[in-house]
Amino acid sequence: MWVLLGIAVIVAGFVLRFNPLLVILASAVVTGIAAGLDPVVLLAAFGKAFNEARYVSIIWIVLPVVGLLEAFGLQERARGLIGRMRGATVGRFLTGYLLVRQGLAAVGLTSVAGHAQTVRPLVAPIAEAAAERQAGDLDDAEREKVKAMAAATDNVGLFFGEDIFLAIGSILLIKGLLEQYGINLEPLQLSVWAIPTAIAALLIHGFRLWRLDRRLNRADRP
Amino acid sequence: MITLHWVYALAGAIFAAFAILGVADKSNKRARRTAAFWALLALSMWAGDALGDLGNGVLVLGLVGLAASGLGRGSGAVADAVRQERAGRFGNGLFAIALVIPVTALVGTLLFKEMPGWVDGKQATLIALALGVLIALVMGCLWLRASPVVPLQQGRRLMDQVGWAAILPQMLASLGAVFALAGVGDAVGGLVSQAIPQGSLLGAVIAYGLGMALFTIVMGNAFAAFPVMTAAIGVPLLIRTYHGDPAIVCAIGMLAGFCGTLLTPMAANFNLVPAALLELKDKHGVIRQQVGTALPLLAVNIALIYWLAFP
Repeated sequence: MWVLLGIAVIVAGFVLRFNPLLVILASAVVTGIAAGLDPVVLLAAFGKAFNEARYVSIIWIVLPVVGLLEAFGLQERARGLIGRMRGATVGRFLTGYLLVRQGLAAVGLTSVAGHAQTVRPLVAPIAEAAAERQAGDLDDAEREKVKAMAAATDNVGLFFGEDIFLAIGSILLIKGLLEQYGINLEPLQLSVWAIPTAIAALLIHGFRLWRLDRRLNRADRP
Repeated sequence: MITLHWVYALAGAIFAAFAILGVADKSNKRARRTAAFWALLALSMWAGDALGDLGNGVLVLGLVGLAASGLGRGSGAVADAVRQERAGRFGNGLFAIALVIPVTALVGTLLFKEMPGWVDGKQATLIALALGVLIALVMGCLWLRASPVVPLQQGRRLMDQVGWAAILPQMLASLGAVFALAGVGDAVGGLVSQAIPQGSLLGAVIAYGLGMALFTIVMGNAFAAFPVMTAAIGVPLLIRTYHGDPAIVCAIGMLAGFCGTLLTPMAANFNLVPAALLELKDKHGVIRQQVGTALPLLAVNIALIYWLAFP
């Protein structure tokens, strides 16, 4: 039961806003000691896992492309483009992106979009420009909110689209785990049951985006 | 055959370039420390497999030490007026270059799976993504007549803005491995199975859905929560005692966990990294925007399990 102290360290560390990297290391040390692991074994285990998880940090290689294009006016161009489209609102644009993101994830294409690949260079600046046009001028809080909503929309689209795909990690994990209990299922039997939640996610998040539009449009009126 | 190691070599080269360009940035008072951080990451990408487990552990200590002592941020942004002028000059071709990466990733993913001798099919998307980056860089530099140093300088500026948060997802994944080694999941499962109400199907369904979300919030990952909650409640109660359809219970149970992912700073790559990347003042700004979707959707998931899995 003492191994749960590591979780307490994580929660306390995040709440008290220590440097999260230090908090993670402290949690690993506390968990390891509670489990009776030798410190050297613990450090080696952490190092091994860190090395095996390197693929997680590969995504940063897109930054030079994003930086180059931004230096040559990508965000300004995105603003200009949306400024000329009549009827383009931040809510409609993000709902469209949500649909595309869910659709791509549902056919297994989870990494073709994402925060570094699409949100920072394209989705967030377009959303910001559309919101600017709707509300006249955005204050800092509204600007932050629109940008954060662009990132949130990417997450919702990914999470509630990907499980419709047969060969995604979570579906294979479910299949593998149930086999240990003697229950044999095909991936298709599992993935079809991701569809009701995918529709619910589209409706709920779409409704919130519609409300965001209404609030921004109202701000325009004197 | 092209494998993930080629991509690691490319990533190492880019981090190394960030480090070298960073040392020369006089505007950053902590230029050396910041450069050392990116240099260690380059070393990890290039030589991680040769360092050994303990060597990698020491490398992590170095990264965390540098991050905790405070990294600086470089400068080098292009002036607004210049960007505005260039936007007018280069026009919509900028979008074409931006779309090279997702399109290459898409086409490559589909194509590489048909070429098993050439490319490691399991890593097709990441390899295609890296290829897309290279194509976009070459096309961009040629068309915009930019020196190859420009994308690396600008990339470094963006990387400095993200800072140590760049390795947060990788660190959390490693912590998950330590938790697994120490048996944290089993301990939580033991607690949960004592806490659920006896004799109520609805109570058990709610405990399973909420448990998936809560444990995902703590661990930052529904994959870690799923085996624990399914062993504690899903299989013994929902499937064996109440004869729920295992496919529905588990598929939607996992999605209840995903609602938890939307709510936790522990899922750093989805929630904290974009806040850094978009330069939000509020580190938890993305999570705040997700609460209004995650909570109703969690309720929907619990209701769906209750209605669909128990006819």
